[in-house]
Amino acid sequence: MDVLLSWLNDYGDFGDPADPEAVARVCDALTALGMEVASVDVVGQTVDGVVTARVLRLEQHPDAAKVQRVYVDAGDGVERHVWCGAFNMSVGDIVPLATLGTEMPNGMTIERRGILGIDSEGMLCSASELGLGDDHSGIYVLPSDAPLGIAYGDALGLTLDALIDIEIIRNRPDTLGYVGIARDLAPALGVGFRPPTPPLPATGPERTASVELVDGDRCARFTSTVMSGITVAPSADWMARRLLAAGMRPISNVVDVSNYVMLELNQPNHAYDLDTLGGGGFRVRLGSEGEQLTTLDGELRTFTADDLFICDADDVPIGVGGIMGGLDSEISDATTTVALEMAWFEPYGVARTVSRTNLRSEASTRFERGVDPYGMPLAIARFAELLTETCPDLVVHGGALDARTDDLPAEQRSTEVRIGAVNRVLGTTLVADDLAGLLDPIGFTVTGDGDTRTVAIPSWRPDSAEEIDVVEEVARHYGYERIGKRVPNSVVHGSLSAHQQRRRLARQVLLGLGVSEAMPNPFLAPDTQARAGLGGEVITITNPLVAEESVLRTSLRPGLLDAIAYNESHRRTGVALFEIGHVYPPGEGELPDEFESLTVVLAGSDAPAAIRVWRELAAALGVGARIDQGRVPAGLHATRSATLQVGKDAVGAVGEIAPDVLDAFGVDERVAVLEVDLDRLLGRPEKPAQWKPTSRYPSSDLDLAFVVGDEFTAERVEKAIRQGAGALLVGLSLFDVYRGERVPESTRSLAYRLRLQAPDRNLTDADVADVRRGVEAVTTKLGVELRS
Amino acid sequence: MINEIEAARDAALGEIAELSSVDAVGAATSQLTGKKSELSGLKKGLGALDSVDEKKAAGQAINAALAAVTDALDARRVELTAAATAARVETERLDLTEFVAAPARGHAHLVTQAWERLEDLFIGLGFQIAEGPEVETDWHNFEALNMGEGHPARGEFDTLFLDYAPPGGEPGSTLLRTHTSPVQIRTMLAGEPPIYIVAPGRVFRRDTADATHMPVFHQIEGLVIDRGITMADLAGTIEAFTKAFFGSEFTSRLRPYHFPFTEPSAEFDIQRPDGSWIELGGCGMVHPNVLRAGGIDPEEWSGFAFGFGIDRMAMERHGVDDLREMFSNDIRFLEQF
Repeated sequence: MDVLLSWLNDYGDFGDPADPEAVARVCDALTALGMEVASVDVVGQTVDGVVTARVLRLEQHPDAAKVQRVYVDAGDGVERHVWCGAFNMSVGDIVPLATLGTEMPNGMTIERRGILGIDSEGMLCSASELGLGDDHSGIYVLPSDAPLGIAYGDALGLTLDALIDIEIIRNRPDTLGYVGIARDLAPALGVGFRPPTPPLPATGPERTASVELVDGDRCARFTSTVMSGITVAPSADWMARRLLAAGMRPISNVVDVSNYVMLELNQPNHAYDLDTLGGGGFRVRLGSEGEQLTTLDGELRTFTADDLFICDADDVPIGVGGIMGGLDSEISDATTTVALEMAWFEPYGVARTVSRTNLRSEASTRFERGVDPYGMPLAIARFAELLTETCPDLVVHGGALDARTDDLPAEQRSTEVRIGAVNRVLGTTLVADDLAGLLDPIGFTVTGDGDTRTVAIPSWRPDSAEEIDVVEEVARHYGYERIGKRVPNSVVHGSLSAHQQRRRLARQVLLGLGVSEAMPNPFLAPDTQARAGLGGEVITITNPLVAEESVLRTSLRPGLLDAIAYNESHRRTGVALFEIGHVYPPGEGELPDEFESLTVVLAGSDAPAAIRVWRELAAALGVGARIDQGRVPAGLHATRSATLQVGKDAVGAVGEIAPDVLDAFGVDERVAVLEVDLDRLLGRPEKPAQWKPTSRYPSSDLDLAFVVGDEFTAERVEKAIRQGAGALLVGLSLFDVYRGERVPESTRSLAYRLRLQAPDRNLTDADVADVRRGVEAVTTKLGVELRS
Repeated sequence: MINEIEAARDAALGEIAELSSVDAVGAATSQLTGKKSELSGLKKGLGALDSVDEKKAAGQAINAALAAVTDALDARRVELTAAATAARVETERLDLTEFVAAPARGHAHLVTQAWERLEDLFIGLGFQIAEGPEVETDWHNFEALNMGEGHPARGEFDTLFLDYAPPGGEPGSTLLRTHTSPVQIRTMLAGEPPIYIVAPGRVFRRDTADATHMPVFHQIEGLVIDRGITMADLAGTIEAFTKAFFGSEFTSRLRPYHFPFTEPSAEFDIQRPDGSWIELGGCGMVHPNVLRAGGIDPEEWSGFAFGFGIDRMAMERHGVDDLREMFSNDIRFLEQF
């Protein structure tokens, strides 16, 4: 909310708007109270050297079509000539003249400058050139009664002012009005609070605009007051200027007073022309499905049975309750008698209509947060007081109506406040007697004695109801900055869980292997699962921003494949990426079967690279899994992939992305992939590696090669070697795989190097021969031939 | 005799000086000092000498000559070894600037780096790290946090709702968590106070991506519940965090604000040494209704909570000016950090 400090000073002496230090004090106090100052603009600055001047003559020069010659009198009786590029002024107009030597806000200095050899003795100014607004279409024409030769600022009544932009917190609707802000600010700055005290309007003859509350749960109070003797005219300058500063266009005295009262007292209101008000009264009811109304902004809108209408007494809608009047509800220049509506609308209902229709206004902003249900009498009196300034014959008629329903919040609300509870939450050492000093100035009335006091909550604070709400008020007015700072003595020891530590370890291992961490979008397009070859059900976002991001992923693969394609398109091949993130397959429980996945993709690498990553990771994490090539997960390369099995559980997969999936993602390279279910993998008990003594005796190597069919896995050969070699085997590596002429078709030779060592003695040739025989015995049984 | 000894010694020394390799020194050692060496052979002539004194003098001369030869061999060996090493080193000269290997290390995501720094900092302050699901129930995300159905504050979260409904459950009550606060509720329900946790995590809002917003982003949230916890503990914890994370010359302040789940509530700002402020996050004393929803008696326990964005911390630290860059997965971005 934009707050003009000079206006705020109507309600207390907060500070001189022209004094930067006083303005800063006000701003600091506002921020410390929770009315955060977003920005402060100094307004009303004038340009020295710009004076009022009357246009005497206008002449066109035959050789200069785009400019004209203007002769002005700046009050000294001397006719001055200036060139001017604008044509909007007439002879007799008072205009601002920047005299020679004037420094304009844009840095230009006005000099005697000639066109066609004829000098210009100054410059006529537009509004934007004087910092008076955005209008630069023509010369700014000043009030016709302004004396000549005086500063234009004086002619306009401009004074230095501060326009303070306050960010209003949702639960403080009272601060959407000047008076509410002033009430909170006054005690903080130690100044007196001066709310407006309009006299009760003298009541004229009885004249009533009827009120019928049909749906009183949505509008629990509706007052109608008839005022006559109105002459619609422009507002006084002071009011027009204040409204302009608040960002509202002055329209006419009646509309302007209506807006002024809203800004001052936070009571939106609407004045209807009683002579054109159907049936001479109001009917407040819910709409019917599809009911239409053209609102004040000129839009024909369609409403529902949950939207509230203000209708005339003939049941014709004339406004949307608490939000905006209808187009035809505006008063006209001929209006002489108005029915003034001041009402209280139920906030949630207003909020629903606003969010459904996207129709919002200054009024709806206030009603959906909560307006004072008991503020109308003051606002009506203030309306009459202000309108009387331009309508001296104003009559406020007797017979005003004040219709209420039981849904209106109670006027008297109070709560018990224990000083012990205050101190317990705030860490203060206040005594009960301190409460009144902090709370009374902002309208929270403290009564009683002892350690528990009764605090009456003002009707303009809908956010406040319970003890803890009052504690917050105490804290604000005691001052958050006075509460102090201390560090609690945590009685728990700070730590990562075992799962979290091992997740970090997994990440470190991958980083060490040269894999970088990506964070793709977890939302997929509807067809992405299929493109990735992934089956299964998915969860869909019911209100996505865009359809391309409407499906929750069930695998990290699609996001990582997109990342590889993106990098390839930027000539970065061979990219190695991993992600640790949640995936969200549906399930049968209260929540989906969400789990944490770890997926690695290695562009330009084949399956063995993924196996290597898996082995490093598994070793570091102290876990193991069987590589089951008999089961290949969907979307992976059918002959180069495997499931990682632990017992009956599949904990992941390793291999390569299927070629058709690569095509579907526009990936040119092969992509090796490893994915594991981290929750399952790390959920298993960690098996710390157990120490095996290293032998001090020499070791000996034995190379053995086997010819096996292509379908016979190396894993089985390895297992057989381990079984046959016995305890002397301390190391085993597959150092060569040979396919070719020297072995039969569809077979390969697997060459292993066995490192043998005894823990307690030197090996003998006989030991090595024994191992060889032992291995051969096992492999022969498997039908595997040992190559000589 | 003495002359013979000296002649043999000089001959040996002359030979040693001519040796040109460490191997040759090895071969010459037995030849010049062994039993079959000329000097050792001279010992046989001692018996032919007349007097004891002569025998003694000649014997000593032979031993001295042998020692001199041995010393000369050792010196020659050292000399030749050093020369051989120097020659090898000289031939192995490399220009190390020729060798610029492709980078081999992987790069942790910027968000992870900030995330882990924050975790480590709070672990140091005595906090444990709590986590929870990203798909949440309406109850955990709103209701238990003092935002019942129809509460206007709900509208500010721009929630993404899911078509998932548990068996027998209501559709529309499952959503992507809009903040990490449901972890507070889960932590309270899972255990007993005292509670000292921070919950970092991924959160979701229906926000169009721009330089400062993403529909998917990351927050860290703290929760302390213990006996005698006051707002001063909150302010002190924020201050301790500020100094540890930004530096000892930074300070913090709390400014009144409103959140449904805390009261009193505040926003907290960090003041840079130059006096300017950074608005960082929200905090407050846990609302009694939230404690009750977590099964905790607000008359016995009190607590505070705070939360702020992780992504922004990473952006500020590394001067990233567009949030979207961080999630582009462009290797040219990832490799910079």
